[in-house]
Amino acid sequence: MIDFGGWDLPVSYPAGTVKEHKAVREAAGVFDVSHMGEAYLRGPRATEAVQRLTTNDVGGAPVGKAVYTLLCRPDGGIVDDCIFYKRAEDEYFVIVNAANRTKDLTWIREQVGGLCAIEDVSDATSLIAVQGPRAAAIVDGLAGGGLADVATFGFRDAAVAGVATVAARTGYTGEDGFELACANADAPALWQALIDAGVQPCGLGARDSLRLESRLPLYGNDLDDTTSPLEAGLGWAVKLDRPWVAAGGDFLGRAALVAQKVRGLDRILTGFRIDERAIARHGYAVVDRSRPADAQVIGTVTSGGPGISVTGAIGLAYLPPGYQDAGTALTIDCRGKDVLATVVKGKFYKRA
Amino acid sequence: MSNVPSDLRYTNDHEWLSPGPTCKVGITAFAVEQLGDITLVDLPKVGDAVTKGGRFGTVESVKSVSDLYAPISGTIAAVNAEVSASPESVNADPYAAWMVEITPSDPGEVEALLDAAAYQALLG
Repeated sequence: MIDFGGWDLPVSYPAGTVKEHKAVREAAGVFDVSHMGEAYLRGPRATEAVQRLTTNDVGGAPVGKAVYTLLCRPDGGIVDDCIFYKRAEDEYFVIVNAANRTKDLTWIREQVGGLCAIEDVSDATSLIAVQGPRAAAIVDGLAGGGLADVATFGFRDAAVAGVATVAARTGYTGEDGFELACANADAPALWQALIDAGVQPCGLGARDSLRLESRLPLYGNDLDDTTSPLEAGLGWAVKLDRPWVAAGGDFLGRAALVAQKVRGLDRILTGFRIDERAIARHGYAVVDRSRPADAQVIGTVTSGGPGISVTGAIGLAYLPPGYQDAGTALTIDCRGKDVLATVVKGKFYKRA
Repeated sequence: MSNVPSDLRYTNDHEWLSPGPTCKVGITAFAVEQLGDITLVDLPKVGDAVTKGGRFGTVESVKSVSDLYAPISGTIAAVNAEVSASPESVNADPYAAWMVEITPSDPGEVEALLDAAAYQALLG
């Protein structure tokens, strides 16, 4: 167990990270992610509030849809990446990163507190993620067949193992599955029902290796207040011209992101695979030894780790434009040793 | 539900082609509905040769990675940089967001593609 921002969380269960990771890719794994933050935005102007806060078109989504989005500052920097759930035109549920819970709620209250009622329910809400090719069937089985037809990024209120949940077909592993939000008192029973159904409990190690292989960014590593969604390859979650904007609306960061798009990017989050027996970690320098001695550092590794479902260690780094073509050779300074790596475009792990 | 423009030709892999001396190629509204938010489009280079049915690129979305298959044989005459830079443009308008333009090596292959009615029937 480790102290993860004030929470007692396991790096792994007795099976170990590798077995847990493979269980998710091949069958089903379960993660207790109750440390994450949850809140409601409610009221007749809730949609307007959400439109102002988010880069993706959350406000324009249909009821029952979950939407991945960034919350940006006016300068285009990312406050957090999160998922909003449209429960009704006047009610949105949002799940935010654990480390950013206070920061995000403060930001949301400052920016749109006058437009809607904001309720932080983090302390009362548990979150259990069930992920893998068999996950949906198992959860659906525990829900009496009521969840089989939930589309990807859809959600529904449902009783799972007798426990009232918000069941969303979302996840942070690149696999199919559900994330189940429930009251704290109900969480142990829900967890036990999943274990009894044969789902493998998984810790933080597998959570990180799975998301990295699927090229899902981690706030604090790959994203922070200084990075823009465009630099991070998340332009697809930035709807600059959505109907709200076309009708004269604005959202935080829009002008800065439009300007950045016109100007071009100074750095781009780039994936790589290490060609030797080495692992690159957060903070390692990416170097170009053909440049003058005082200008050889071209970027920094933001995330890195061993591949488990893919061969070779993998990672992400912000690099200048021009280094993004698949197959581009890179050099990474791994604790004083130059290690060769190759640029990978897109997800490291691609499901057949 | 999906729209199927009548002036285009189609493949079983949910790609569309606009016939002409060079042919623009993209993916259909049905494909986009299946994929969800598209996060990356990986395309070949101008001058690359393609073979009918051969893989010429990939489309990644929040839930999957899918291969793109050449509807006809020929040479890549143009690549849409806008789609590479902004993959979400495919979600916004799949029939405007062409991905590659192919100079066909065998015009007969264009004729052999599904017409709008046949593709609509495929969708059921």
